[in-house]
Amino acid sequence: MKIDIQDHMLVPKHEIMTEEEISEEFSDVDYEFKDLPKIRANDPVVEAIGAEPGNVLRITRESQTAGVFVTYRIVEG
Amino acid sequence: MEDVIIKVEEIIAQLNEEENLDIDFPDSYIEDLAKSFVKRDLSDDELRELIRRLKAAYDRAHVEAGEAVGTVAAQSVGEPGTQMTMRTFHYAGVTELNVTLGLPRLIEIVDARKEIATPTMDIYFDEERRNDEEFVRTLANQIGKSTINDILSDSINLNYGTMEVEADLDNKKIEEKRLDREEINSIIEKTFKKATITNNHIVIPSQKSDKSDSKFEIRELRLLADKVRDLQISGIKGIGKVIIRKDDVEWIIHTEGSNLKEILDMDGIDHVRTTTNNIHEIGEVLGIEAARQSIINEAQNTLSEQGLSVDVRHIMLVADIMTSEGVVKSIGRHGISGEKSSVLARAAFEETGKHLLNASIRGEVDDLTGIIENIIIGQPIPLGTGSVGVKMDYKNE
Repeated sequence: MKIDIQDHMLVPKHEIMTEEEISEEFSDVDYEFKDLPKIRANDPVVEAIGAEPGNVLRITRESQTAGVFVTYRIVEG
Repeated sequence: MEDVIIKVEEIIAQLNEEENLDIDFPDSYIEDLAKSFVKRDLSDDELRELIRRLKAAYDRAHVEAGEAVGTVAAQSVGEPGTQMTMRTFHYAGVTELNVTLGLPRLIEIVDARKEIATPTMDIYFDEERRNDEEFVRTLANQIGKSTINDILSDSINLNYGTMEVEADLDNKKIEEKRLDREEINSIIEKTFKKATITNNHIVIPSQKSDKSDSKFEIRELRLLADKVRDLQISGIKGIGKVIIRKDDVEWIIHTEGSNLKEILDMDGIDHVRTTTNNIHEIGEVLGIEAARQSIINEAQNTLSEQGLSVDVRHIMLVADIMTSEGVVKSIGRHGISGEKSSVLARAAFEETGKHLLNASIRGEVDDLTGIIENIIIGQPIPLGTGSVGVKMDYKNE
C-alpha cells in the first residue's frame, strides 16, 4: 500500500513506548502488562510503525468527551 | 486562545499547590474554561472560583469504584433500541441508495457481522480534484460496475442460423461512461476467444462446434448471450452501483458495496476522510483503533438518525470491550459473553448444557470472581459496596 494509513481520520496516533516511559507510566498501577488491551502484531498500524510483539503502544485518541485521551495497548505475539 | 489555555493551566497548578485540590482535568475542560474566561470576561478570582466549583462537580460526576457501568450501558442502549424502527429506510438525500438503518443496523454493529447487509462507502477527493466534475465522473465509472449491457445500443441479437451472438455497442453510452474503447475490446477478446469485433459490431460464435444436438445448442447460445450481457467491463471488486453527489462544497461518491483497500490506493482520493461502513474491513485496512472509532461513529449515527440520544460514553464502553482483544468481537454468544472465564457465567447466558458438559469434561475451575457466579451460589456479589472487604487490624488494639 502506497498511502500512509496513519493519516486517516479514524486512526489515532500510535507510538512505541521506551522502557523508561513504561516504568514511569506504570509504576503505580495495580494491574500487569498482560492485562492491557491488546493489539495484534499483524495490525496494519503496528506494521506501519514497526512495533514488535511485547511492545507497549501509547495511543493518543481525540475523544468526544475528554478532548484528548491517552490509552495503551500491548502488542500481542 | 493558546495563551488563555496556558493561563488557565497555570492557575490550576497554583490552586493545586495552594489548596491541595489535586485537579487533573481532561483537555476539553481546560478548553471550555478558557473559552468561558474570555466570553464572560472573568476576573482571576472568578476563574479560581469557577475552577473550584468545576472540580467539585467533576468529582461528583465521577463513576464510583464498583459501579455497574456495563449494566448501565446495556440498559442505556437497550431502552432506546425498543423505540427504533424495525424497517430499513433509504439513505438521507440519496434515495437510490439503500442503507440499513435503525435496529437491524445496530444489531449488525454489536454482532460484529463479517458480511453486513448494505456495505457502502463515502469517497472524498483530494483538494485539487474535489471540484473537478470531469475527474470525479471518470473515477466514478472506474469504480462502479459496468457491464456490456450498459453500453449496448440495442438488445443482443441471437442468430439461430449461424449460431452466433450479435451485439452493437453504443458510442454515446461509452462516451458518457468515460470508458476506454480499446480496453473494452481487449476484455471481450480475452473472455470470448472466438469473438470478432468490427467497429461497434461484435459477433461471438457459440462455443460448441458439434452440431449433433440442436436443442442443446440453442440453450448454449442463450447462456452465451447472458454471459456477454453480464460481462463486467469496468469497476472495482465488491462495488456495484455508484452515486455521484455534490454537497455544498465538493463532489462525493457514494457506493453500493465496499472495497476500502483498493479505493484508498487510487489517485486523487482523499485518503483521510474516505470511509466505509464495514467495521471489519476498517479493522483489516486501518487497524483495531480505527475499528473502535468506527463502531462508536456508526452506533452513534444509527441512534441519532432515529432521533435518539444515548450518551457516547456508553457506546465507547461497548466499543472498548469489543476491541480489547485486538480483533473486533461481537457482544453475545460467539464473542464476549461466550468467552468469559467463568463456567457458571457462560452457562447462565446461553447454551447451559453445552458449557456445563464441556467444563466437566475438561475439569474447569470457577474462581467465583464475577457477578453471575456469586448470584448463582448465593454469595454477596463483587459490585458496589460488595466489591470492598473489611479486614480487622488485630495488631492495633
